[in-house]
Amino acid sequence: MTRFEDELKNNNFVCSYCTKCQHFVWPASDFCNKCLGDVMWKQVSKNAKVVEVSSKDEQYFCIAEFEGNIRVFGTLLENLSPKHDQNLILEECGYDKSPKFVFKTV
Amino acid sequence: MKKVGIVAAGITKFDKSEKPLESLMLSSIRPIFENTKNLKQDDVDVVLTSTNANRNYLANIISELSGIKPKTSHSVESLCNSGTNSLVSAYAYVSSGLADVALVTGADKADNPGLVLNWDMSRGEYQHPIFWSSMFTSAHMRKYGTTLEDLAYVSVKNHKNALNNPYAYFEKSFSFDDVMNSRNLTENLRLLDCSIPCDGAASVLVCSEERVKEFTDNPVWISGIGQKTISASFTKNNNLASMESTKSAVGDAYHMSNKTAGDIDVVELHDAFSICEIIELEDMGLCQKGQGSKFVRDLYDTNNNKVNPRGGLIGAGHPLGATGIAQIVEIYQQLSGKAGKRQVQGAKTGLVHNMSAGSTSSTVLVLES
Repeated sequence: MTRFEDELKNNNFVCSYCTKCQHFVWPASDFCNKCLGDVMWKQVSKNAKVVEVSSKDEQYFCIAEFEGNIRVFGTLLENLSPKHDQNLILEECGYDKSPKFVFKTV
Repeated sequence: MKKVGIVAAGITKFDKSEKPLESLMLSSIRPIFENTKNLKQDDVDVVLTSTNANRNYLANIISELSGIKPKTSHSVESLCNSGTNSLVSAYAYVSSGLADVALVTGADKADNPGLVLNWDMSRGEYQHPIFWSSMFTSAHMRKYGTTLEDLAYVSVKNHKNALNNPYAYFEKSFSFDDVMNSRNLTENLRLLDCSIPCDGAASVLVCSEERVKEFTDNPVWISGIGQKTISASFTKNNNLASMESTKSAVGDAYHMSNKTAGDIDVVELHDAFSICEIIELEDMGLCQKGQGSKFVRDLYDTNNNKVNPRGGLIGAGHPLGATGIAQIVEIYQQLSGKAGKRQVQGAKTGLVHNMSAGSTSSTVLVLES
């Protein structure tokens, strides 16, 4: 279990961050994907934007982008289709065999 | 670099069976030895296997079971484009002079573990390929006004083409209404928009220009190769109305072969889902961006089978490790005039496009008679 997965289980989204290159390393890794240096773990903002959206069985899901470069699939709480680029807030996250992200529109 | 030609091919019926992986591969290798003049096991320097089946030293096993003692044998695995990547490896061995004759074989079973990608954290709970496909579809609909009807024509066309392919999984046609009314998997993806995982195997034999004449009078030359991997995570493809890896790979393949999209007579492209064909046609320059749906509709209306003549993945089925090689087999047959009812008349230059993991990686080949 990685730190990323551990923290997600506790409803906390952290990601690896390279202080030298000053960017989030996504997907989470023990090494920076630019300089291959060590990383620290940093809280990810709860604010995100809709990249793309679809639905299955009237449940909306989307790709959301955090911090300008962390893109993840997640579920939308509301039954209204959000628009491209619409602001989201991370309502809940978790980990059970795979990451889980739940968003609300802002 | 030496010129490298494809001199023989073999393929199995794509279906669901109890046959083990090794038997599938051998079933596609046997016709190569049966139908190629002068070919003996001792001629083969390299055996490469393509599969997603997590099998240890499979190339050595297949070599032994085929009676081949190659200099080099190993597997190539990169999910759905394992097949074309194994051919590129064979090309490298032969063009460099390390080998003269290479056998490339690929196979997978319907339940192979390459279908769900657990490593990719960016997919969250949405790990099944239908979800990335749905995102490509949403993006293309939003940017270019693509409709569910446009998508349906890809499926109808490719199932129709598959009727002339005796090795295809599907043996029936599907009407426009069949596709439109097939089960909704997401809001913009229906069951008949999807390729189906199945069992299957395909093999090709490649050799150096010096040895080609020993085996055939009609080789098909590998004149262009492009490969690009942008990531393993699906969400790294920034513009979801396009496929970055495909654009890069096809550019390199055109450059190497000194060809353009206008020179291509016949194409096998990776239609894992209907939307893939539309985007790939655009990204490979076979039509303008945003015109992929119209291009498909024109092909359908004019009974033109130059795109996915064997039925593509949607019509022929998708045994992952075999798919890229099956695409190569089709273009080899087309350029050799051996495609039977599927024959695209006068085809001299063909293109194979094979990709993996939501188009995070693509391989493109240009082949010429």
